[in-house]
Amino acid sequence: MLVPSVLAKPLDFAPLALIEHFARRIFDRVLKVHPDLFERLGDYRSKRFCFSPSDLPLHFVVIPEGRVVEVSRGIRQPTADAVISGPLFILLALLEGRCDGDALFFSRDLMVTGDIEAMLALRNALDDSVIDLAADLGGMTGPLAPLVISTARYIRSRALRGKAL
Amino acid sequence: MELICPAGTPAAFKEAVDAGADAVYCGFRDETNARNFPGLNFSREELGQSIVYAKARNVQTFVALNTFMRAGCESLWHKAADDAVRLGASALILADFGLMAYVAETYPQQRLHVSVQASASNREAIRFLVDAFGARRVVLPRILTVQDIARLTRQIDCEVEVFAFGGLCVMAEGRCSLSSYATGKSPNMNGVCSPASHVKYRQEGAEMTSELGDYTINRYGPGEAAGYPTLCKGRFSVGEESGYAFEDPVSLDVMDHLDALRDAGVSALKIEGRQRGKAYVAEVVATLKKSLTADASGRAALISRLRLMSEGQRTTSGAFEKRWR
Amino acid sequence: MSTPRKPSLSLGPIYYLWDGAKWRDFYFRIADEAPVAHVVLGETVCSKRQNFTEPHIADVVDRLEAAGKRVTLSSLAMVTLERESQHVRSLVFDSSHPIEANDLAALGLLRGTPHSIGPLVNVYNAATARVLAARGAENICLPPELPMRSICTLAAEMPDFSFEIFAFGRMPLAISARCAHARSKGLTKDNCQFICREEPDGLPLRTLDSQSFLVLNGVQTMSHSCVALVEELTEIASAGISRIRLSPQDCDMVAVVQIYDAVLSGRLDSGEALTRLAAIYPSTPFSNGFYHQEKGAAWVARARNATLGA
Repeated sequence: MLVPSVLAKPLDFAPLALIEHFARRIFDRVLKVHPDLFERLGDYRSKRFCFSPSDLPLHFVVIPEGRVVEVSRGIRQPTADAVISGPLFILLALLEGRCDGDALFFSRDLMVTGDIEAMLALRNALDDSVIDLAADLGGMTGPLAPLVISTARYIRSRALRGKAL
Repeated sequence: MELICPAGTPAAFKEAVDAGADAVYCGFRDETNARNFPGLNFSREELGQSIVYAKARNVQTFVALNTFMRAGCESLWHKAADDAVRLGASALILADFGLMAYVAETYPQQRLHVSVQASASNREAIRFLVDAFGARRVVLPRILTVQDIARLTRQIDCEVEVFAFGGLCVMAEGRCSLSSYATGKSPNMNGVCSPASHVKYRQEGAEMTSELGDYTINRYGPGEAAGYPTLCKGRFSVGEESGYAFEDPVSLDVMDHLDALRDAGVSALKIEGRQRGKAYVAEVVATLKKSLTADASGRAALISRLRLMSEGQRTTSGAFEKRWR
Repeated sequence: MSTPRKPSLSLGPIYYLWDGAKWRDFYFRIADEAPVAHVVLGETVCSKRQNFTEPHIADVVDRLEAAGKRVTLSSLAMVTLERESQHVRSLVFDSSHPIEANDLAALGLLRGTPHSIGPLVNVYNAATARVLAARGAENICLPPELPMRSICTLAAEMPDFSFEIFAFGRMPLAISARCAHARSKGLTKDNCQFICREEPDGLPLRTLDSQSFLVLNGVQTMSHSCVALVEELTEIASAGISRIRLSPQDCDMVAVVQIYDAVLSGRLDSGEALTRLAAIYPSTPFSNGFYHQEKGAAWVARARNATLGA
């Protein structure tokens, strides 16, 4: 299941700095709400995790320890210790713990490469967090706000219909 | 029959309780339990809080200490048992005779369950565990048919718990060193089967290859449902043929046999999956809880929804039916 | 520490299904020619196979005992059927020979009777070994998975107890209710036609990339590689281990026993011993990874080989 093109389109034109700003905001929010995420991540907190939505021309590299978020555009995946790729709504639903990563792997909706142990630690750490993107980002403003919020709602509706499972 | 549900994190624990578990089983974040995966399991504090949450809702907590104590490092397991008892665990799930002896002597009042990892598959074995350690319940290995189970329950003075849904061990549990043969990490000693540290996935065009250590485990065609990179569900060549030598990527579902298991005298049904996400736990626990009271046709409809979340997106009743052998 | 006694050699049970005559002749030759002190025998893997060897057991035991070997009877590794339970009961209650327990059923029934524990029972620590010793176990063959550090700890904590190490042969790695061996030939366990007889040394299983990996032996899965703890024998002996187990493969086991005997007696260095073993059991790689706390399939060569082998 892909991000509807009406949602993907603006990302082709949005400045990377802006996307990066929102990505970091999501990430900071996650850490603030759930600081023990770090504890669960253990030694893997210094790894470079790459999230590559298969339906967007973007890659997000996150290093939890340094609170680093890097966004890049293009087909080539940036260097990372572990990479997870799949449709954006699935990646975000996974971030929210609304679907089961193993099930998505079995159905081939998700692909994981690189350091599987690190990715598993991150998945488990996130799964223990209670993240609610729509609520967290509800007060957001700016040119990307409608996109982010509608994506969050979209995830919610899909996840609740069980499609992501 | 009680429904015994898995939790790998406090969040999953809460979901399991809220979804109707009679008991939740979990483990500490180290090699004292057989799901010693990165980022999974409970600190002492988390277990304490979870037990309080469960008790307030009349739900039991079983703590799995179901690996085998490493010689010379027994204190790690002893401490885990001490802490689980102190925090109010309803039962300890044990596999190692040495640890069973420790718990039976130190905490004679503590309920002791025999883990599936102990491989107690017959009446003499179970009588031994009851006599020697005061075992109150035994989790049966996934090598018995429903008929075997019915015969067994009549011969023993001990509650019986069986796996009903989730991952399927093809080999007798606790008696498999396939994973450590390939990786050096052992289910019995390190609590990991096919450890993530030794797993690699390679995407080659539309094909995906999984490897464990230096060994190729499987190659999936485009869109083909995948499974865990466990050796017993890998594709291999034997003679001129290639295929699933032991078992397909598939998981266990014996809900079709629910009435037979109840008639057989089974006390509890166990759901595998401490490594799964909380979404899975919530969905599976709620569905199985409903199916315990549903009629046969209602039950089938409920369970079919879970199949897509299963390994290889398929399920089997495994050794519970004789023809599986 | 006092000077360790030289460990004695023991021959483990044949895990494979061999024809009755081949099985009998194998043990006759062991009786006549092999310098082993202990022989453990009897069907261990699959209860369906028992008819093949039963007609010969009495002759084999007589011949081995006449040659001065101590004979122990092996119990089944997996007991689920009523018939199998009955078999273990009669083995324990009717046999005049000591039993090696390979499953919890035998373990339970043997309480108070002197017996051995086989490598298929999980003994990972001294606490467990003490529980078993208190119930009558006099010898424990430790699981092949145990690393040297665990072996040494166990031996040090129970210095007067007899521990045995699995030092030669394909390792038993897993056992299942399902028969992968029959399945690979389009059969099921219940209608297997004893097809595993076709592979007296196991049916090789390779990965999709043609890597040798495991062998199928009925319901049992074994390593493709053959454990060869030879360079480690000195260390094992000084740890106080009492017995060295050699597990029969379809090769010249008398020669294998002679090589281990020569190494233990100091008549043969380990490098030469390994070369000879490789000639006796060719085309199967050796492994010793578990002992060295690595993956079981690994081969860890000692640095001192270079000089010893020269």
